[in-house]
Amino acid sequence: MFSTLCQWYDDVMSNEIWFYLITTLIKLVLMFAVILAFVVISVWTERRVAGWIQDRPGPNRAGIPLFLLKRFGSKEKQPLSKLLHFFGIPQDSWIAKLCTWLRLDREIPTFGLMQPCLDGGKLFLKQEVTPVYVRRFLFILAPMLVLGPPLVAAAVVPFASAVETCYGHISMCVANLNIGVLWIFAVSGLSVYGLTLAGWSSNSKYPFLGGLRASAQLISYEVAMGLAIIPLLMMFGTLNLQEIVQQQADNGWTLLPLWGEGLNVQRWALYLPVLVSFLVFVTCVFAEANRTPFDMAECETDLVGGYHTEYSSMKFASFFMGEYAAMVIGSALVVTLFFGGWSIGFGADAALAAYCDWLAVLCQFLVFLVKLFAFIFFFVWVRWTLPRFRWDQVMKLGWLVFFEVTVINIFLAAAIMFFVKQTPFCSLFN
Amino acid sequence: MSYIPVKRPKFSLLDKVYVVELVKGLCITFKHLALSLLGKSRGKKDFNGNGVGVCMQFPEQRWDAHLPSYYRGAPVLVRGEDGRERCVSCQLCEFICPARAIKVTPGAVSADSPCQKQEKAPAEFEIDMLRCIYCGMCQEACPEQAIFLSKEYLITLTDRSKAIRNKETLYKLGGTRKGLVNKWNQYK
Repeated sequence: MFSTLCQWYDDVMSNEIWFYLITTLIKLVLMFAVILAFVVISVWTERRVAGWIQDRPGPNRAGIPLFLLKRFGSKEKQPLSKLLHFFGIPQDSWIAKLCTWLRLDREIPTFGLMQPCLDGGKLFLKQEVTPVYVRRFLFILAPMLVLGPPLVAAAVVPFASAVETCYGHISMCVANLNIGVLWIFAVSGLSVYGLTLAGWSSNSKYPFLGGLRASAQLISYEVAMGLAIIPLLMMFGTLNLQEIVQQQADNGWTLLPLWGEGLNVQRWALYLPVLVSFLVFVTCVFAEANRTPFDMAECETDLVGGYHTEYSSMKFASFFMGEYAAMVIGSALVVTLFFGGWSIGFGADAALAAYCDWLAVLCQFLVFLVKLFAFIFFFVWVRWTLPRFRWDQVMKLGWLVFFEVTVINIFLAAAIMFFVKQTPFCSLFN
Repeated sequence: MSYIPVKRPKFSLLDKVYVVELVKGLCITFKHLALSLLGKSRGKKDFNGNGVGVCMQFPEQRWDAHLPSYYRGAPVLVRGEDGRERCVSCQLCEFICPARAIKVTPGAVSADSPCQKQEKAPAEFEIDMLRCIYCGMCQEACPEQAIFLSKEYLITLTDRSKAIRNKETLYKLGGTRKGLVNKWNQYK
């Protein structure tokens, strides 16, 4: 029986199409789960960090209360004391005191992690209000257009190095496209339609202004964003994100060229343009994700709720989730382009891969998640530090500063690549 | 001069580039974050805080003992030292109430009351706690010092109908106040 199953598995996996379908499906589900989990985590991070920065705890409750056990038929009134008794721990020991301090006698603590899930559940159950004066088709289409693109854009983000199995080659991103970076720009640029349509179809003053602002801002910053990474693309010579990360793993991260061939004069001379690219790109990601200080499209002080003023219930929630998904994708892109994506760094990738392929993949995946989380923290940190810019300042920054700076930056990078030779540092001292 | 022109600070080039100021700001917020995580936020003692940040952990810890004398909680009716219902159902509180939370049904004083001179007493006195905004206008308007704002702030209900407090409940919550109001004394 078992051998038949093995045989069948072998047969299926040997078929090229089935192998491709199965691996892609697994990667797809994984990537989808990671993004949705990170949406929840980033909402939690946002609220907790906001709390800490403002000297308060943030949402720290939402534990699973133990009286639910009784609801489900358990007769035990004090599960904690019984558990302590089972392990032979006295009631007045420090362990028992610690458990009581953690409220373990009353609930299973989640430290507020359940809060975003519960909020989502609440929004599901709320009344759905669609005003009579809206353009119904577009009004319903808009939230989908906001939530969809970030999830689709995630397809090209690599989360671990490629693996050779006995059945074939697995590239650890859902779609290993040769136009990876362009794909992300193209698809995430689509989300502006969602915002604009939401603003327009609401047929109401403030959402309309919000939609206008969103379209103007996203289009302006798309320009600077695209121009900002051209020095990087010249350096890597490819648009394929998996290859970009592989190069960074071998030759040092873009912002940390400390090993491999990264230690040459040209690379370090290129550090200035790369740094400028980084600053401009990160700022543009903030603007693209509609985050403070660039959240002009939904600034409460002058536009009530911005483009989603008329939305309620789950439609509002999908705007909310779309925004955080855009933030997650933005962070993933910054991490991939500037901080070495999944690479562990200092040549550890190759060493680990030589030891065991799948261990390397696991470690790289975890490293990628850690980097992603760090950058999400940065997003949140900036949000609770900077006040919102004025509308004209945002436009001025986009067109009069970033556009010029990035164009000059491209020429600077090109000049450095042309004039400075790729001599390794070690040969300078010989 | 009817107006004072605000002097705008002159920004140097470094300020205009914004990056340095941005890093300074990030440092300030990070300091707050680190201090609240370590439980050493500034002003924590003044707020009687416990744990992360300056906050008090509410259901476990309460301000009750520290509530200021001017705290405005739920409005209640009081009796005098002699046990007399102070309210004469003049309905001033009902008229002044901006939220229209109070409903007074005037009635005659009961026959066995020692204060026949006041003629009227509330037959029913209802305060809807879902409407009350704790502004204290009723207390200000009352000529009889009969309605006061108590320090009760935890008004948690399981049912909307329970939000309406009747006369009996209000008197029970209010208790008695010191100081006699003598003007209804029949020998005066």
